[in-house]
Amino acid sequence: MSARTGSAARRRLPRTVQEFMAYAYAMEVEAAERYAELADQMSTHHNREVSELFAKLARIEGKHRDQILAKMGWTSPPETAVFRWETPEGAETTDYGELHYLMQPYHALKLAEHNEQRAADFFARFAAAGLPADVRAAATEMAEEEREHVRLIQQWLARVEPPSPGWDEDPDPPAVAD
Amino acid sequence: MNEAQPAVPVTPAPHALAAADYKSDIKPVWCPGCGDFGVVNALTKALAKMALEPRNVAVVSGIGCSSRIPAYLSSYGFHGVHGRALAAGTGLKIARPDLTVIVTGGDGDGYSIGGNHFLHACRRNVDMTYIVMDNRVYGMTKGQPSPTTEPDWDSKLSPEGTGLREFQPMVVALASGANFIARAFTGDPNALADVIVQAVRHPGFSFVEVLSPCVTFRPEQKEWKKIVRSDALRPTADVSRAARRMLRDTGFELGVLYAGERPAYAPRGPRATRPVADLEARFEL
Repeated sequence: MSARTGSAARRRLPRTVQEFMAYAYAMEVEAAERYAELADQMSTHHNREVSELFAKLARIEGKHRDQILAKMGWTSPPETAVFRWETPEGAETTDYGELHYLMQPYHALKLAEHNEQRAADFFARFAAAGLPADVRAAATEMAEEEREHVRLIQQWLARVEPPSPGWDEDPDPPAVAD
Repeated sequence: MNEAQPAVPVTPAPHALAAADYKSDIKPVWCPGCGDFGVVNALTKALAKMALEPRNVAVVSGIGCSSRIPAYLSSYGFHGVHGRALAAGTGLKIARPDLTVIVTGGDGDGYSIGGNHFLHACRRNVDMTYIVMDNRVYGMTKGQPSPTTEPDWDSKLSPEGTGLREFQPMVVALASGANFIARAFTGDPNALADVIVQAVRHPGFSFVEVLSPCVTFRPEQKEWKKIVRSDALRPTADVSRAARRMLRDTGFELGVLYAGERPAYAPRGPRATRPVADLEARFEL
């Protein structure tokens, strides 16, 4: 459920708001960097529309990252290299394997919606855990913020056309072997 | 785990670098969804964790999709000849022991075309790290079976499968003398980064087999993330125990299978001191 320390044997939950927000910061950093990478991938494959969308999502996550810094009054990023997620990556990080070179904005937004929901669930579990009251309060606030992001993504999705059947059919596919 | 220091001390960067500082400006041309993106991610994180200066790191590769990696990094790189990355990496490490040498490539490059170099790189135990991105297919040449392809993989280029037993890189590495043997998965770049750090810091020849899905020619490999078993292994320095473990292996247990205690290769005799230009003159036609 939570991040863990560098040693898998010494898993622990955050005991202070500072520590908890360092996890939140790390999650936003990882998500922003991944969206930027995905934008590059789509750009390389000339899928400009989805590339621009991923780039926009990267900027949004970058803004969330900076908001955490400002909120905590941190003048430099907290140390985040000392722990790892129990899941392979942070809750808001898109799995590389989810991409397709012909994907459409709808697919990208569905991934974003999934990520925001996972982030909300992640923080909600902290809020329900046996942690100090101030940490639970911070987790509750973060969970609510992430739920708001889910709602915003869903509104965005409502304005995007869903893909038609056969969206991934390519008359000149790269995988032709004959 | 053996926490021994590398045979040659590495020079840490004078100031902390972020993972992004180890990336070049060149964007990978791999298919979106390719597992190899996770290796670039992990490798740059590992280099940042070790605080190595890019100028003190050399990444050497052969030929294939995954062998493009040196171009995507800010370290020194050498995109060499098919199957000969380990030979080039070995020469480089012997000539410049101050460098951290990381050799990269795919299963075809490493286990087929470069199979003989793989055996002898393990045997020589030169202090370098070999990362193989194994997707069990020749992706760059459009989907031929590789040495690690399952015998029943049915495709246009191998109707009804090859019927050939898969190459067993971990067992071969152990039998040939590799001093560190691990398996990781690109879907978990953070864990992969940790394994790379351990591999680089371990003395001698370190071999990291990375399960790296090919989403174009082996889309079924997207399911690997559901079957890999993270943290399933704990390192052992006992060769017999490691061998038993590998023989029972399903191919999806992740972690360090073996961390041996052989000393890294140390060149004997006087070092060559003549400039390359003298040698070139000697062999001039």
